[in-house]
Amino acid sequence: MKITVTVDGTTYTDEVEPRTLLVHHLRETLGKTGTVVGCDTSNCGACTVLMDGRSVKSCNVLAVQADGHEVTTIEGLADGETLTPVQEAFRDCHALQCGFCTPGMIMQATDLLSSNPSPTEDEVRHGMEGNLCRCTGYHNIVKAVLQASGQSATSGGEQS
Amino acid sequence: MTAVDDRPQAASTHEVGRDRRRKEDQRLITGRTKWTDNLVLPGMLHLAMVRSPLAHARITGIDATAAREAPGVIAVLTGEDVKDLQGSLPCAWPITEDQKAPPHPAIAVDRVAFSGEVVAVVAARSSAAARDAAELVDVDYEDLPAALELRASAQDETLAHPDLGTNRSATWVFDSAEAGTGSDVEDAIAEADVVVEREFRQQRLIPAFMEPRSTVVDPTGEQFVMWSATQVPHILRLMLAMTLGVDEGKIRVIAPDVGGGFGGKLQVTPEEIITFLVARHTGKPCKWTETRSESLLSAHHGRDQWQKLTLAAKADGTVTGLKVELLADMGAYLGLVTPGVPILGAFMYNSIYKFPAYHFSCTNVFTNKTWTDAYRGAGRPEATFAIERIMDELALELGRDPMEVREQNWITHEEFPFTTVCGLEYDSGNYEAATERAKELFGYDELRAEQQRRRESGDRVQLGLGISTFTEMCGLAPSRVLGSLNYGAGGWEHASVRMLPTGKVEVITGSSAHGQGHETAWSQIVADQLGVPFEDVEVLHGDTQISHKGLDTYGSRSLVVGGQAVINAAKKVIEKAKPLAAYQLEANVDDLEFSDGKFTVKGAGADQEGVGLAGLALAVFAAHDLPDGMEPSLDADATFDPVNFSFPHGTHLCAMEVDTETGATTMRSYVCVDDIGNVVNPLIVEGQVHGGLVQGIAQALWEEAVYDDQGTLVSGSFVDYTLPTTADTITFVTDRTTSPATSNDLGVKGVGEAGCIASTPAVVNAVLDAIRQFGVKDIVMPCTPERVWRAIQDGTAGAMSETAGAAAGHFAEGEPNQDPPGTGAAPAAGTTQEGGQA
Repeated sequence: MKITVTVDGTTYTDEVEPRTLLVHHLRETLGKTGTVVGCDTSNCGACTVLMDGRSVKSCNVLAVQADGHEVTTIEGLADGETLTPVQEAFRDCHALQCGFCTPGMIMQATDLLSSNPSPTEDEVRHGMEGNLCRCTGYHNIVKAVLQASGQSATSGGEQS
Repeated sequence: MTAVDDRPQAASTHEVGRDRRRKEDQRLITGRTKWTDNLVLPGMLHLAMVRSPLAHARITGIDATAAREAPGVIAVLTGEDVKDLQGSLPCAWPITEDQKAPPHPAIAVDRVAFSGEVVAVVAARSSAAARDAAELVDVDYEDLPAALELRASAQDETLAHPDLGTNRSATWVFDSAEAGTGSDVEDAIAEADVVVEREFRQQRLIPAFMEPRSTVVDPTGEQFVMWSATQVPHILRLMLAMTLGVDEGKIRVIAPDVGGGFGGKLQVTPEEIITFLVARHTGKPCKWTETRSESLLSAHHGRDQWQKLTLAAKADGTVTGLKVELLADMGAYLGLVTPGVPILGAFMYNSIYKFPAYHFSCTNVFTNKTWTDAYRGAGRPEATFAIERIMDELALELGRDPMEVREQNWITHEEFPFTTVCGLEYDSGNYEAATERAKELFGYDELRAEQQRRRESGDRVQLGLGISTFTEMCGLAPSRVLGSLNYGAGGWEHASVRMLPTGKVEVITGSSAHGQGHETAWSQIVADQLGVPFEDVEVLHGDTQISHKGLDTYGSRSLVVGGQAVINAAKKVIEKAKPLAAYQLEANVDDLEFSDGKFTVKGAGADQEGVGLAGLALAVFAAHDLPDGMEPSLDADATFDPVNFSFPHGTHLCAMEVDTETGATTMRSYVCVDDIGNVVNPLIVEGQVHGGLVQGIAQALWEEAVYDDQGTLVSGSFVDYTLPTTADTITFVTDRTTSPATSNDLGVKGVGEAGCIASTPAVVNAVLDAIRQFGVKDIVMPCTPERVWRAIQDGTAGAMSETAGAAAGHFAEGEPNQDPPGTGAAPAAGTTQEGGQA
């Protein structure tokens, strides 16, 4: 099938097999390897992207379902060198270690804050529970999302 | 912070100790990443494994005709095709001379020994084509009885490998009387006023790193190049050469971005061997990337032990002896360090306590399950869990506060350095300081008062407090010690520091980071050593052609071993630069001093310009005007072998709320005060602690690899293997005390495993503390709501027999679960409501 998808501001038209998942289309056809696959049961959320501004697990969307839609991946968030507040907060709060879950975490946090700009810690914890991380124990991820919402002071550490 | 640092500080400490934001993150938060699965090479083939669905079976025939004819398929290889090429996967740690082990083929040839073992591999032009074709490989099996339950397997009721004649691989013993490091434990038990005997179950866990494993092999150049999601590129290269008989110089291994490991990628895997063999066979680059289900099924598991402890004490609570008897489930094969994992705990059961007598024995047992190997902490979480659980049991027997009993028995800070009953020398520590700080942050006394109020009012939600005062040995490891334990390699680490003509510095480390932040921390260390800006240091690692020598990252070793190697190399650079500096300054070498990146002449005043290292690097590059005989290079290598382990410790306190009507547990608060010596980057350290805590908490509450009675892993996806989420966890309170290590220049101790080693018993002790009042004596991990509820309902020691598979009864049928009569152990107040035995 022929589909046309706008990804990170560029419009691509490709032939895809109907069974192709959006995440495989992004990674293998478009080279958007910043988005990763962490499981096969849509539990881990590592593949989370925005479709028309809302977060979706791209392993749970067929490429053909993205036809005519706009997709934003982790590679399309920053404006040149300028990071988004969520990206900046993840770095500042040490909310990532190996970084494999990070693209999904950042995309999910972006969606969470766009629908709820001032979440409580509890709302952050429930809003992010579809994304698994094995490194951080979530402590700093939650902190980063709260910080990105402008609700908590930075940790007071020195900036590098 | 309680500072007890009396060690000399490094000359310049601008960077070490700062919470620098990580250099690694810019790429990772913008998706500019290089995971192995991202690699695409011209003509690359994709592999799919055909795996056994049976735990134990003879392979009577494989028909791959349909698969070979499927669209896009280039090759299908079976065990028969590679049996003379694949060698046997390596085990680097035979723990005894008479250890028994079956050959470990990458592709099973005539028999499979666990569900998930590879029986064939398909190479095709796309991964979808490979997977489709793998479904077409028709394998005929003749079912064999499977050895599944650990204790039954130890009795050889069913043999996991009939040719071995037994499931018992080896028994390893340490006895303090025999070793001359302590007295005889049987005497201690015979003479004790109080004997506490308990059995604990360490359930089987799965490391569950977030990046599924992936391997790419390119056979098209002079060297075979393997990219792999591994913690151990250097070990992998050596083992590939030894296993396959390929010249080591013809293999290059690259660990690009690696998404977590936790010991789970400390392995030489069948799939790495297979990908290599298929690439060589086809002459094409080949890629294998696992699915998550494959990962949970076939990547090595961790833990899985039965632990029997006998603790002897005087009536006043002074401990007099500890006897530890373990059964450890190897699974079907011995992986890279499988047999040594429980032995890494052998010297840690005595923990921070002054046991005069100690005996440890461990029998390693084969079963027809996925093989076990290192998982974060490897042997030491098991030890810490058991000793911290039984110290609570001792307090219970004595009717005393569990912290008080610990304090009575631990090594006091004046007693360091302290030689333990195992013969290890703990160099530094201060258990009192960490505990005092933790109790203060926790509000220990207030929480105890609340607990009492809730008990008295019969509150539906009961509160329990759990303690874990842990220590661990890490920084693996002094090579001589490893040699004495029959480990196949040393424990040194290598580093190079290269001065570039631009004045920038390249640091090459044999450590292989996969989330630990080495690029940042090593930059901080080198910036201080050489007086160059943090930003001017580039850290290179994870490629055997760049970092030609190393022993990689595991066992909380990178900073204490690898970091010291970096320091030693940097010091050599300064020494090499000195003659040139003296030459340029027209001074005597002995009159020079080096600080903040430049050489100056002693006593020549503060306003002298001196010569900077960057300028010297350029002069050496040009090499136009050097002192006679000087080699035109400032670069230096160093290989550091530690003289001792490092011994982090800490006090972890956990408050758990238990809903007595539903069995649901909620973590109310968790405080930990860790002493890991000096700290290079507190931000990174806290991250390591948080992550470790949650892995340990997950063992206590949620995670378990469960097999059914056919030997099939039923927790084979993230639906069933329940990693915690943001919604399950809380914000932690962490702090540190500082007793610098004496075994390295920085005074640092390892931190990668500490949280995971410490947290599990704190949580279980807290859950039990909440519900012991109902007659509950123990709960097998994970303490799921169902188990907690059943325990409360039955008022028994666990009441687990109703749950399936690995959730087996905690105590063997017909065996007493109580202290032998006549040991003087009286039930403590508040625990008189004795329950029945399971």
